[in-house]
Amino acid sequence: METVKNAVRMENITKRFGTKVVANKSVNLELHEGEILSLLGENGSGKTTLMNMLSGIYHPDEGQIYIHDKPVTISSPKDAFDNGIGMIHQHFKLVDVFTATENIVLGLPGKLDLKESSRKIREICERYGFDIDPNQKIYNMSVSQKQTVEIVKVLFRGADILILDEPTAVLTPQETDNLFRIMRNMQKDGKSLIIITHKLHEVLAVSDRVAILRKGEYIGDVMTKNADQQSLTDMMVGRRVSLNINRPAPVDPKPRLVVEHLTAYDELGVKRLDDVSFTANSGEVLGIAGIAGSGQRELLEAIAGLYPVKEGTIRFYDPDVDYSDPNKKPIDLVGMDPMTIRKAGVAMSFVPEDRLGMGLVGTMGMTGNMLLRSWRKTKGLFVSRKEPEAMAKRIWQELDVVTPSTNYPVRRLSGGNVQKVLVGREIAQEPAVLMTAYAVRGLDINTSYTIYNLLTEQKLKGRAVIYVGEDLDVLLELCDRIVVLCGGQVSGVVDGRTITKEEIGLLMTQHRGGTSHE
Amino acid sequence: MNKESLLYISKRDSIPWYKSWLIRGIAIVLALIFCGVITMLLTGLNPLQVFSTIFYGAFGKARKTWVTVQKLAILLGIALAITPAFKMRFWNIGAEGQVLIGCLASASCMITLGGKVPNAAQVAICLLASLAAGAIWGFLPAFFKAKWETNETLFTLMMNYIAMQLAAYFIIVWEVPKGSGNIGIINQVSEAGWLPVLKLPLIGEHKYLLTIVVVALLTVVMFVYLKYSKHGYEISVVGESHRTASYAGIKVDRVIIRTMVLSGAICGLVGFLLVSGIDHTLTTTLVGGRGFTAVMVSWLAKFNPIFMVFTSLLLVILERGATEISSTFSLNASFADILTGVILFFIIGSDFFTTYQLHFRKARKEAK
Repeated sequence: METVKNAVRMENITKRFGTKVVANKSVNLELHEGEILSLLGENGSGKTTLMNMLSGIYHPDEGQIYIHDKPVTISSPKDAFDNGIGMIHQHFKLVDVFTATENIVLGLPGKLDLKESSRKIREICERYGFDIDPNQKIYNMSVSQKQTVEIVKVLFRGADILILDEPTAVLTPQETDNLFRIMRNMQKDGKSLIIITHKLHEVLAVSDRVAILRKGEYIGDVMTKNADQQSLTDMMVGRRVSLNINRPAPVDPKPRLVVEHLTAYDELGVKRLDDVSFTANSGEVLGIAGIAGSGQRELLEAIAGLYPVKEGTIRFYDPDVDYSDPNKKPIDLVGMDPMTIRKAGVAMSFVPEDRLGMGLVGTMGMTGNMLLRSWRKTKGLFVSRKEPEAMAKRIWQELDVVTPSTNYPVRRLSGGNVQKVLVGREIAQEPAVLMTAYAVRGLDINTSYTIYNLLTEQKLKGRAVIYVGEDLDVLLELCDRIVVLCGGQVSGVVDGRTITKEEIGLLMTQHRGGTSHE
Repeated sequence: MNKESLLYISKRDSIPWYKSWLIRGIAIVLALIFCGVITMLLTGLNPLQVFSTIFYGAFGKARKTWVTVQKLAILLGIALAITPAFKMRFWNIGAEGQVLIGCLASASCMITLGGKVPNAAQVAICLLASLAAGAIWGFLPAFFKAKWETNETLFTLMMNYIAMQLAAYFIIVWEVPKGSGNIGIINQVSEAGWLPVLKLPLIGEHKYLLTIVVVALLTVVMFVYLKYSKHGYEISVVGESHRTASYAGIKVDRVIIRTMVLSGAICGLVGFLLVSGIDHTLTTTLVGGRGFTAVMVSWLAKFNPIFMVFTSLLLVILERGATEISSTFSLNASFADILTGVILFFIIGSDFFTTYQLHFRKARKEAK
């Protein structure tokens, strides 16, 4: 057997931010030549930091990096390129009004020869099976095409070590499969690849070996063929975690929120919601699926009275009103702002996507943030902090929020704790409708499951829960019905118990092109 | 090669209050030492003598003390006025104009109505006119900001010049004697529209006392307003994020306009105090840049009205002392400005050390 050669070896790498935060602690990582390595870890486990030290964005405080067994110092992205390392970041760094070719050659030294470059790019595309037109402008491209441009960019510069940071976060299942095919083509061509991810099935699908980080420390590695979802989770979290979401049958479902022909435009006149119709029932979890930017944010904000609606109705059926009485009519929420909605007696809670920019006030403590929902209730000129203080203490205890006190600014809390404060407050309003947008984004596995359980609990209490999610596996396990959005339109309303991931993936791209993304 | 630097900077998570005050204290001591060195090098004078003269200039005699406290009150009043707007992250740098337009309103009432109505009514009319004038100067930029997202910094700055030109125009209209370009003391004989001399037990009576008491009350009211009232809460939320505010059912436009009207009206009130209570005249330089100095007062105190008493006191002492040393040692007045600049530089610079931390790395052996 031939001895394995290392493309990359990182030895005792430590990186600190400030005095307290240790992002990476004595990490030893090897990438063998010609393999696909998954770097797995929860949010905040230091995956991206570690890779940023390879690509020259950060410099390690301690430790040594070897490329092809030669010690190197990587102090800038240029050093990284000189060593054949190319990183594809989560957020693309492309100039929108340039073509693919122009973006790819941007910043390269030497004479600019676009024709020759285009030819070389075509060659690369053919070799690995990329599907892009070098002369297409970036703003005309889909998210997956933009990502392709980023990959071609690093290949064009001669990288033989590629790092992909959460590349599948923005892709549909079909696009993900395509990416994995390309990754294997690159592997066959002798490239070494690292893929950063926290999605287990992707790890199992694409990589040869998995390296696991937990809280900045290197836990170990396993050959993918010897691993399964449960064993990887246990290594990632450090103890046994149950991966099942309990999905009881809906409780006495009745229409609670009926949305019909909803159409909305943004301030630039771009149509964001196009004739959206669906019904959210009481006692069930209604999922909303779609590629990022398909109108999910606009839809929830429109219902909450925060986004201007051009046409359509949003009718709310009060659980305490008997609508068999012909004099009773549901309330139309269109044209109301959050305060009038509340004054009309509509108990609606909303966990927005942007937690600190919309749902919470970062500089205030838990108490101040509880006040956000109750400040107007008391009479007189002054706010009363008694009740919010009690509520903050209750949530602090019940949801195990890690904070030194109820007055400690919430922006200093970790993402998971911030989300607990927000979800806790919204549930405490005892809403008839509970809307959540990406409720578990950035949370560790344990907190994610806490949130899923809280939502199911709400459903069992007869509340209508609307769950906008990005992880299809979770949507399929948690939701009773799923509305699929595509380009601001509803491309399907399906049963969460019977639909497959592939079918949803197809619906997610069905009406593509009607509205521009981003 | 070793490209690492030996020093790196990181943000502090939090800092205990005593530590942050210690850092500020050190900054002031260092500033004084530095000022002393500069004084010796540039003028050859004994720095202790200069410092004591500064102190004498501010508190040396009862009369000097009254003037110092009066100047403190005015500066503090303006700082209090702009604080709600600043807490809302509405960068109102138009206090200069808002105060001046308040001055103009009071002066015009005093001149046009002088002696025609009873004095109490005269004072009340002056007050209302000043409040209204300041409020309008605050309303306009807020309205345009709320409706069309105009830039409030530019808008409030421009409004300063409008106020200045208006004042200049009316000074020519009312100048006494014609051609002098001055108004002189308004109603010097009748004292119509002048604030009455207040008499308090223990303190006694003084013509500045009422002004000082009004600002002292205002400080407490503003503290309570910002910290405990619903309006104060709304202002904090709007300052943090407009989206969070709308989400919480706060009408952002209304809060912006209301807060700026309040801010402008308090500036107008200060203008009224300046004209009716202190100077009894109108010049284009009556506010004298204090509308801008107040921004510094408010920021240095981290928008806390109680701390503002101290920050404004510091600035007023420096300013008063500056005049004193320039006359005592026949130094150029700019020299005092140098000292003020040095002290502010150190105080503002100390902010860096309360927010960030420096770490020194031990030199590492180069990797072979």
